[in-house]
Amino acid sequence: MGTTIKLICTGAILSLLWGIPSSAQESHVGKFVGNAKRGKALYVRYCVSCHGPDGDGRGESAPFLDPKPRDFTKALFKCRSTPSGSLPLDSDLYATISRGVHASGMPSWKPLLRQERVDLIAYIKTFSSAFQEEKPAAPVEIPMEPPTSAEGIQRGAQLYQSMNCWSCHGKDGRGHGPSASGLSDSKGNPITPFDFTSGPRFKCGSTDRDMFRDLVTGLDGTPMPSFASAMTTDQRWDVVHYLRSLSGHKTQPATAPTGQ
Amino acid sequence: MLLTTLQPAYGIPAFARKYGLRCSACHEAWPMLNNFGQTFKDNGYQLGNERDAPIYQEPSYWPIMFRTTPVWHRENNNRQAVDAIPGQPSSGLVERSVTTSGFDVGGVDVITAGTLYNNISFFIQPSISNSSISLSQAWARLDRLARSHWLNLKLGRFELDEPISQERTLTLSNTGGLYYTYFFTPPGDNNFFQGIGLPQLGIELQGHSDDDSTRYSVAAVTDSNGAGSLPANQALDVYANFNQSFEVPRLGRQQVGVYGFLGESPTYFQTSGGGPIPGSGTGNRSFYRVGAYGHWYVDKFDFYTFFLHGYDNVFLGNSVPANQPALLPKGAAAPTWNGGFVEAHYNPNSRLIFLSRYELERMSRQANPFIPANAGNLDTWTIGYRWYPIMSPRAGLAWTQEYSRIINVAPTPVSGKDPIHNSYLMGLDFDF
Repeated sequence: MGTTIKLICTGAILSLLWGIPSSAQESHVGKFVGNAKRGKALYVRYCVSCHGPDGDGRGESAPFLDPKPRDFTKALFKCRSTPSGSLPLDSDLYATISRGVHASGMPSWKPLLRQERVDLIAYIKTFSSAFQEEKPAAPVEIPMEPPTSAEGIQRGAQLYQSMNCWSCHGKDGRGHGPSASGLSDSKGNPITPFDFTSGPRFKCGSTDRDMFRDLVTGLDGTPMPSFASAMTTDQRWDVVHYLRSLSGHKTQPATAPTGQ
Repeated sequence: MLLTTLQPAYGIPAFARKYGLRCSACHEAWPMLNNFGQTFKDNGYQLGNERDAPIYQEPSYWPIMFRTTPVWHRENNNRQAVDAIPGQPSSGLVERSVTTSGFDVGGVDVITAGTLYNNISFFIQPSISNSSISLSQAWARLDRLARSHWLNLKLGRFELDEPISQERTLTLSNTGGLYYTYFFTPPGDNNFFQGIGLPQLGIELQGHSDDDSTRYSVAAVTDSNGAGSLPANQALDVYANFNQSFEVPRLGRQQVGVYGFLGESPTYFQTSGGGPIPGSGTGNRSFYRVGAYGHWYVDKFDFYTFFLHGYDNVFLGNSVPANQPALLPKGAAAPTWNGGFVEAHYNPNSRLIFLSRYELERMSRQANPFIPANAGNLDTWTIGYRWYPIMSPRAGLAWTQEYSRIINVAPTPVSGKDPIHNSYLMGLDFDF
């Protein structure tokens, strides 16, 4: 028994000494396994000027950015496939890094290797103990999208009014609603509602499914709430189709999952 | 042999300021681009986020950058032919090792670049030396024609889409500051074209995949070596480059590519009073430079491998006008040669890079059979490192040290042995 305990202790110490990653320092996207140690070097190279050396969003460029960079220590992420309040999946973070966040300073990092992006995720997760203490919830379901119709868009427009979307995003969807000027994120920084007329891309993607998902999950850390219980599935699709009509662009086809 | 200090290469803090990113985001070690920086450049200096606003939308933003390199350097030629009594040519030549050293500054580069409008980018680079101002590059580019990454059209004076950028070399010394393979000319050759390392005047069609893993470029340029005024002749030369990169698990990005430059140069000019009339070059004869290359990563190590095969027409190779073939020496042939280099980097972190390069040129056929077979051959070695103590979105400063050695098969008139040049450089390289 004593020998077994010694072996276990020795193994644990060796693991620490040799830096064998624990699962909390890893990330998994498709066949790729991310390593936090490699991710740190990449973070210093690519991310630190905005998100800061401590991951708290206070990098040297942060004062000049609007919206402010994400504070990883809070473990609150806008773009997720998981319900409001839940941690994101690794694949959610991967999608955000790869796609960038539209209408923010966050560019697409798709030119980085897939392995590098997964390594970055492993390191980003070390900034908050939440990733060690909790598991992300299961992703929300996105049902089949119904065809766009004039009636559906009309219903979406009515919901946009009745759900008070307009109070932030404005009656014309340009982000100039009466509440817009007083909005702030979870850290108290002023934040601007999204302008749906700015083009085919939305904050967390460019497809109708992305928009539908955002309505279900909300954008954590921002005033954008989840409408998971406030609307039915059909109503959410109607709102999506209405918002898509504001963008002046046709429905975007859904993209295949990334990192697979 | 080229032993001139080229224009220093560049990183562009104007972009770092605009986007709030550090130099290291776009540069493996500035000025050498990484794939993110190359993609940004290929996208017409646009990241695709809300900070891409063209310069006209933000009057307070002035997209300009300055760069200079104050250094101390030491140059040595171990077999310099000198007058036995200084100032008296009649005293005869003797061979001495000549060393010079001192502080120096490589001039100032001014770069302004960015987007004039959505999907219209530009780049202007005047260079100021101690005695002159020149225009290194000046071009505008229509980006994403037909909303496609694959169609971008550039017009002006620009660096060719070189496999490994001469403008972005990490080395600065007199003998190690350029890729000789890009500029090599055989002994006795008078080809007006001086190499693919010089910016050229012309038009370029370039395209790439979304993540830049597949890239191509095709350029038509005038035979003027990028100089202004009239070209040497009326011919258009063509340059093309294609590369493909792929991800290898546990190693990193690997890139392979092929390129070629095909052109014609004049062998004589129309004259007036014996002097050549600019732009009237005629008796064109062909030449080409073709080759392949790779960029290989092994975690924090990476190395370039580059190969070039060169050919000049027999008239170019012998400096003989094409209308006077009788002047060709007996047994004259079109000169051919092979050249290349291996350049290795070790990049332990984003603030430090070690580098070494070995480059060689080998004549495979001389234009004139009376020229020794190995004349013109060249071997160079360069080692050095660059340390970046300051790297912010506002400015960058590097401390650099470099040693380079070159042996050129060009026997000296006294001993008939080949000279060896040594160059050492240390100093600062900063931009803001």
